[in-house]
Order: sequence, then C-alpha cells, then structure tokens
Amino acid sequence: MIRRHLPFAAVAVVALVAAPLLLEPFRLGLLAKYLCYAIVALGIGLAWGKGGMLTLGQGVFFGLGGYSMAMYLKLTEAEGGLPDFMVWSGVEELPALWVPFANPVFAMSMAVLGPVILAVVLGTLVFRQRVRGAYFAILTQALAAAMVILLVGQQGLTGGTNGMTNFFELFGQDLAEDSTQRGLYLVVAGVLGVLYLGTRQLVNSRYGRLLVAVRDGEDRVRFLGYDPALVKTVTFAASAGMAGLAGALFVPVVGIISPALLGVVPSLELVVAVAVGGRHVLAGAVLGAVVMGYAKTAFSEQFADGWLYLQGALFILVMTLASKGIAGVAQTVAGRLRSARAT
Amino acid sequence: MLELRDVQVVFDGFRALDGVNLTVPEGELRFLIGPNGAGKTTLIDVVTGLTRPAAGNVRFAGQDLVGRKEHQIVRLGVGRTFQTSVVFEELTVVENLDLAASFRKPLWALTRRRRGVSEAVADALARTGLEALADRPAGVLSHGQRQWLEIGMLLAQRPRLLLLDEPVAGMSKDERERTGELLTAIAADHTVVVVEHDMDFLRRHASTVTVLHEGRVLVEGSVDEVSADPRVQEVYLGRRADDAVGERS
Repeated sequence: MIRRHLPFAAVAVVALVAAPLLLEPFRLGLLAKYLCYAIVALGIGLAWGKGGMLTLGQGVFFGLGGYSMAMYLKLTEAEGGLPDFMVWSGVEELPALWVPFANPVFAMSMAVLGPVILAVVLGTLVFRQRVRGAYFAILTQALAAAMVILLVGQQGLTGGTNGMTNFFELFGQDLAEDSTQRGLYLVVAGVLGVLYLGTRQLVNSRYGRLLVAVRDGEDRVRFLGYDPALVKTVTFAASAGMAGLAGALFVPVVGIISPALLGVVPSLELVVAVAVGGRHVLAGAVLGAVVMGYAKTAFSEQFADGWLYLQGALFILVMTLASKGIAGVAQTVAGRLRSARAT
Repeated sequence: MLELRDVQVVFDGFRALDGVNLTVPEGELRFLIGPNGAGKTTLIDVVTGLTRPAAGNVRFAGQDLVGRKEHQIVRLGVGRTFQTSVVFEELTVVENLDLAASFRKPLWALTRRRRGVSEAVADALARTGLEALADRPAGVLSHGQRQWLEIGMLLAQRPRLLLLDEPVAGMSKDERERTGELLTAIAADHTVVVVEHDMDFLRRHASTVTVLHEGRVLVEGSVDEVSADPRVQEVYLGRRADDAVGERS
C-alpha cells in the first residue's frame, strides 16, 4: 500500500514544495502552464489510453473552460461596463450570453459543466450510432476546426482572432504579483494531483476494467450485458470536464485565451505529448505533457522554427520504436532490472 | 421458455432463415445441427439481438425479444458464446469473469475497486477448472482454455438460457471430453442450446436434437431418431440432394 503511493508522494513533494522554492517566478509560471496541459493530457490518457477513443478535439473543451473564465475576469474588470474588446468592436450593449458570467460560481461551474454537457450530447449521438476509431477521431478534429471558425467569426462576442487578454485580477488578487502566481501554481498542481488520484482510482476499479474491455472488444461487451455507448459517453465527458477545468486554470496563469490556443494544432500537440509520454499509463500522459511543454519552450528559445520538426520527428520515433512511450520504456527497463536482480 | 415463430432472416435476398419454428422448454439441453449455411448461427444471432428478423417473433420467458438491444436481452437472462472466442486479453481470468458477473450493478457502483472474488466468479472458476490460472492475463490462455473461460463468463452472468456456438470447434480430443462434461454439468441446472457440427460429440452428449437445413427446421427428435431419419442422411451425405429440395418446396 505504502510502496504503491511512494512515487506519487515523492512527485507531490517536489511539485508542491521544491518547485515553488527553487524556480524563479518566470519558470514557475511556465511549469504551471505545462501542468494545465497535463490536466488535459490526463483526460486524454483516460479516454484514449484506457478507453480507445482517440479524441483530437480536446482543445474545444479546453477553450470552453478558458473562455468561461476569461468572460468572468473581463466582466469583473469592466465593473458593470463593457469589456475593452467589445468597445473596440463597436458593441454597445452587453450580449445576453455574457450576463450570467459575471457570477463567479456560474462561470466556474460552466467551465466544467459546459464541456461535460457538450461531450454528453456528442457522445450520445456518436457512440449510439457505433461511430468509432478513425471516424470518431476525424469528427472531434472537425469540431476543433469548427470551434475556431465560430470564435473568430464572432468578434464582438469572443474577441475574434485575438481572443481575450489583459487580465489584471482574480478574486481581488493582483495577477501580476509573484505571490498570486505562486498561489495559482499551487492550485494547478493540487488540482492535477487530486484529479490524477481520482482517475487512477477509476482506472483500477471495475469501471476501469470495463473501459479496457470496451476498448478491446466493444461488441463482446454488449453480450456481457453492458451498454458500451454509455460507458464511452461517461468517460468522454470526464475527459472533457478535465480539459475544461484546465482551460479555466490556464487563463489566469498565462493571461490569455485565443482561438490559436485551442484549435486543431494544439489539440493534436497534446495527443502527441500523451503518445510520447505513454498513453497506456496515466502517469505517462501527465509526464508527456510536461516534458513536451518544457521541450517546446527550451527548443524554441534556441531555434525559433525548429520545434515543429523536432516534435514531428519525436512522434514518429516513438510510434515506430517505442509505441508505449517513455512510460513503456521505463517499465521495460524496470522489468529487466528486476529480473536481473532476481537471477 | 424460448419460442421462435415463423422467423425469417433475409441477407441481400438470401433467406438465411426461412420460417423457423422452435420451442425449447425450461431445463432442456438442446443441440442444433445442420450443414454449413443451414442458419444455425443466424438463429442464435436473432435470439440475442445481433440480427433483426424480417418477420416472425422470438419470445423468451414471456418477453418479446425482437427489437431489443443486445445488452437488454442479456439483462433478461439470455447469454451466448461465439464461434471464435473473444476474451479480454489484457485482463486477468478473474477480471474477465468478474466483469461478466457485475453487469447488474449500476454504473456508479462499478467505480469501486474489486475486493476478493464473488460467489458467482468462484463458482465459474471451479466449474471451468481455471482456478490455477485465475490471476494470469487471459491473453496467455490456450485455445481450449479460452473457450472454457468464455463458458465460465457465461456462467458468471447467471443467465437463464445459455446459447453456445460451436463450443468444441478446434479443440483436442481431451479438451472435447472435458467440455462435454462441463456441458452436462451446466445443463443440469440451466436451459442450454448448443450449436455443434461434431457428430461424435453429439452422440455422446445430446438428448434432443433439432436439424436445420437451408433456413428451415428439418427434423426434431432424439439422437437416434434424427440420425436414422432418411432426410437427415440425405442432407448430410448429399444423396438425392435434388429430390430433397423438390420434396420441401
């Protein structure tokens, strides 16, 4: 029991105690951003790694969460007036859609519930019709593309291509302050830790076994008396909720939300990160998001345009040589060491 | 218990089942035989909701089955196996059985971790003799063991009616023997329908046999009656095949 929780506890100590003490504020902010992506990756690990649903549109859910949060922040700063970008776009009255987002409870709930509701509707429609595999992947990708077009087209409502930025305070705290950013980092790390434990519990339960069974033999599962469409919809909704929450946390941490952060490319990047980290293991998905996020920053600082090529090369490398990613390699090495010690 | 009336199944103009009438009373062990393409598997598919009949109806324990979804039919107490056994290779033998035994639980109750082995699972393990392999992944099982695991999963479901599609196909002689014993034991307290090709196996274990031919029931009776019937001999040995078609139409 203790042995099983030891790695998690060690990572938690490093993340919650060591990182805030040792990293300068700029680097800590970057880590907070990667951890937001790691929350999305955790959801992808659940839906794709365990459930076999290759979702290429998690950016949509991430965006719904992010925009919910951004709308709330903009409205508190406008103090009853109009958000800055609306004034620039010539909007004269606050759109009805925006009104309830002045309420923090509503905005935070919608950041999670919005994605969950969308995923349930989509999942019910799609999984009942037994759409799966590549068709499901393409469908989710199309959704991400459609979302971007919608956001860009509704300039007065969403800030268009620029999205929303210039956030100054959250719940009365100055977002420019280092202490606020450190607090936000701790919240993000804490949320990730709790979600990780919850997801791991789910994966290890009977439900997790059922999910693997649905992934490996959906038609057989029907004859065990379960409805695979329901199992998949619930799982897809859970991963969507995680992405939404991640989006809501991302906005105050990074200070911007825009269509470029949630379209087809960012959605794909996260799937690549999960594949590199190892989709079969939840920790692999989380690790992949952090490693790829860090690599992107480090590499882009040196060679501005090289990252895309490196990312593509890494993806191909992992898919051809180590299809189980970093986590798979680690497991193999650990297994070898154990058997070497045993002999 | 199970009743099919005038069931017709048409695939692209081909009549796979052409007005089948079949009654299986509670507690019976019924064998379903017939040459390739006779409609045996299609019949099971119709009962379990995989194939929708063009006409006719299927009743089980007073309930209409036509139009229900596969998992709903399982929930009424009808279980089946497949010709090519499908077990979940990444899960252990116990996990496979446990999944089969847990479908009556609501979804939220499944989010708990499994503790120990339930009575239904233990019973299925014992009956199929897979205890020693309980914690091995199902992927390592031999072909015969997979078939037993599948029968075990069916038992763990605690169904009222079991439909087995060629349970001994591809098995060695010893494995057939063991499967036969397993089948007899199961039939003691279940209603079972078995599709089987193997005449040897049939002679040893069958009581009542229904012969299907070209989508229709040809004969029904005991093994001796059926094997003595000239029409069955024609169908199986191909003698006077043209005449046989002529007689039917």
